[in-house]
Amino acid sequence: MTDDVDATAPLIKLTDVGKRYGNVIALRGVSLSVAGGEVTCVLGDNGAGKSTLIKIVSGVHRPDEGSFEVGGEPVSFASPRDALSRGIATVYQDLAVVPLMPVWRNFFLGSERRRGFGRIDVGFMRRTTKSELLEMGIDLRDVDQPIGTLSGGERQCVAIARAVYFGAKVLILDEPTAALGVKQAGVVLRYIVQARERGLGVIFITHNPHHAYPVGDRFLILNRGRSVGYHDKRDITRDQLTALMAGGTELEQLAHELETVSAGAARELTEEAKDLGVTPTDD
Amino acid sequence: MAQIIDVDGDAAGAAAEGPSGGGAGGADERVAARSPLRQALGRPELGALIGAIALFVFFSLTADAFLRTSSFATVLYSSSTFGIMAVAVALLMIGGEFDLSAGVMVTSASLVAALVSYQLTLNLWVGVAISLVVTLGIGFLNGLLYVKTGLPSFIITLGTFFMLRGLNLGVTKATTGDVATNSVADMDGFEQAKTVFAAQPEIFGVNIYITVFWWLAFIVVATWLLLRTRVGNWIFAVGGAASSARAVGVPVTRTKIGLFMGVAFAAWFSGMHLLFAFPSVQSGEGVGNEFGYIICAVIGGCLLTGGYGSAIGAAIGAFIYGMANKGIVYAGWNPDWFYFFLGVLLLIATIVNLVVRRRAETAT
Ligand SMILES: Nc1ncnc2c1ncn2[C@@H]1O[C@H](COP(=O)(O)OP(=O)(O)OP(=O)(O)O)[C@@H](O)[C@H]1O
Ligand SMILES: [Mg+2]
Repeated sequence: MTDDVDATAPLIKLTDVGKRYGNVIALRGVSLSVAGGEVTCVLGDNGAGKSTLIKIVSGVHRPDEGSFEVGGEPVSFASPRDALSRGIATVYQDLAVVPLMPVWRNFFLGSERRRGFGRIDVGFMRRTTKSELLEMGIDLRDVDQPIGTLSGGERQCVAIARAVYFGAKVLILDEPTAALGVKQAGVVLRYIVQARERGLGVIFITHNPHHAYPVGDRFLILNRGRSVGYHDKRDITRDQLTALMAGGTELEQLAHELETVSAGAARELTEEAKDLGVTPTDD
Repeated sequence: MAQIIDVDGDAAGAAAEGPSGGGAGGADERVAARSPLRQALGRPELGALIGAIALFVFFSLTADAFLRTSSFATVLYSSSTFGIMAVAVALLMIGGEFDLSAGVMVTSASLVAALVSYQLTLNLWVGVAISLVVTLGIGFLNGLLYVKTGLPSFIITLGTFFMLRGLNLGVTKATTGDVATNSVADMDGFEQAKTVFAAQPEIFGVNIYITVFWWLAFIVVATWLLLRTRVGNWIFAVGGAASSARAVGVPVTRTKIGLFMGVAFAAWFSGMHLLFAFPSVQSGEGVGNEFGYIICAVIGGCLLTGGYGSAIGAAIGAFIYGMANKGIVYAGWNPDWFYFFLGVLLLIATIVNLVVRRRAETAT
């Protein structure tokens, strides 16, 4: 942890939180703090507990153990609306938009700007959508086009711009780049940086250390519901991050299990696990 | 930024500045890439409008009586009785749901008003008010069952359809001993209520049922609601992607229940017209009409999957329905052919919708 972060009250602070689904322990003893103007990346393999962690922050679940503070104040959210009213906005990969509706209607959906008698202020909403997106660097041809006609990355960006416009202080992005090509992922990463520059605290969840490393200020690596590393960018190299992510120990374990089935495959895996400490693998 | 702007965007834009004019203040030069034709193809009503014109020309040529003003008044009347319901059903379908009980609900509404007023010898306006409460209650129940069980509205309203159908006949027979109600034509309040629900003012020498004007009012209100209010936004959203809508704070449950109640309101209104136009109500009527309303909405561009459509489209759909219904008679054909015709129209409309939707989704 760095000094300058601890000096200001963090926007979000989780201490030793745990979450159980019945007898499945999805999360145990995880701590995290997010400050404004900072990107925290949460990395981990499938089932590591990443989504569970952000569901706690976004008000979908309550933690079974540990404490959760927002702006230095302990909280217990009953629903995502509570989190939203505290300025914590979540952007999901698919849950963000209604494809057949125009971009501007999507932008203001659920928070429509009104002019009395239930009338909506169409002109204002069109203009605002256009200018807000422009400020995020998206130059849309036509805010009246159905949002389904935008590319996956652009759609993701509209959702981000929307959260920023409606006063989010903390932005949570659950695998926003997972379904995107290289170029589109780059566009989304750029908006993450832009949100950070606007002073937001960003929690960015991803499988991909190559996406996380360039934009992240801190990295929380989860494995089987436990934190296996919480590092400042200056304390970790991209290669180390990749190695942690791929879980060298995991691969060794798998090698042991495979030994009974195929000795050849096991040997290969052991080699790879050794290599991982030095050379990054592409995923 | 460079990543999402076409490299030749500026050059193309300069050449095409003209046709893109008419857009709001900050029109982008690349909007020109979307031609007016393409834009029109993205409108849900387009297919219906073309169909209506084609049908009009067809009957004008084949049926001599079709172009007479009195015939046209009849066509409009037929369109309006279906159109009032079709507008409400279209909103419901845009919201992603069906209501198969809509047809018999109209009969239920007029039966409630007729039976309550007659049996208790009340002023008819009291019966009209009670009918409104009961019918809205049925709509509310449809909506509530839907949101509580999460079952498809198709099944829920198929259930209420049969229940209402049975109730309509059963209760009427039990109280009057007949399948029809006693005429309420000489009861207190009849003449007054008739001027509201079933007057026939003379316009340009022909008597036109007041339902035609009510129909127009329904279209205007529904269109305004859809395009210019918050609720309209919610209707499109709950039909297009309910879980997304919920995630951004749209009250999905309230919106859906409201839509079922909207259909119920239209059913009450149509029921009142029936009662005051034909003072003795046949309790077995209305069966099958629910499909007529859905057909009007689909011909008008509503997608069966929800999230897309318009009230004006549904109104044009109802006009097509009315033209086909009466035009066949004016052409001197056996009215049975109407159903064959309707089936053809529905299939064509669905295919056109498919094409229009694909265009809309790839409009740039
Ligand atoms: N609602 C639930 N009920 C029971 N178990 C659950 C539930 N949600 C998640 N789990 C379990 O908790 C663990 C952590 O799941 P989580 O969704 O947080 O993983 P994740 O890191 O987001 O994985 P992915 O990368 O696949 O999205 C998994 O073992 C999962 O099976
Ligand atoms: Mg997940």
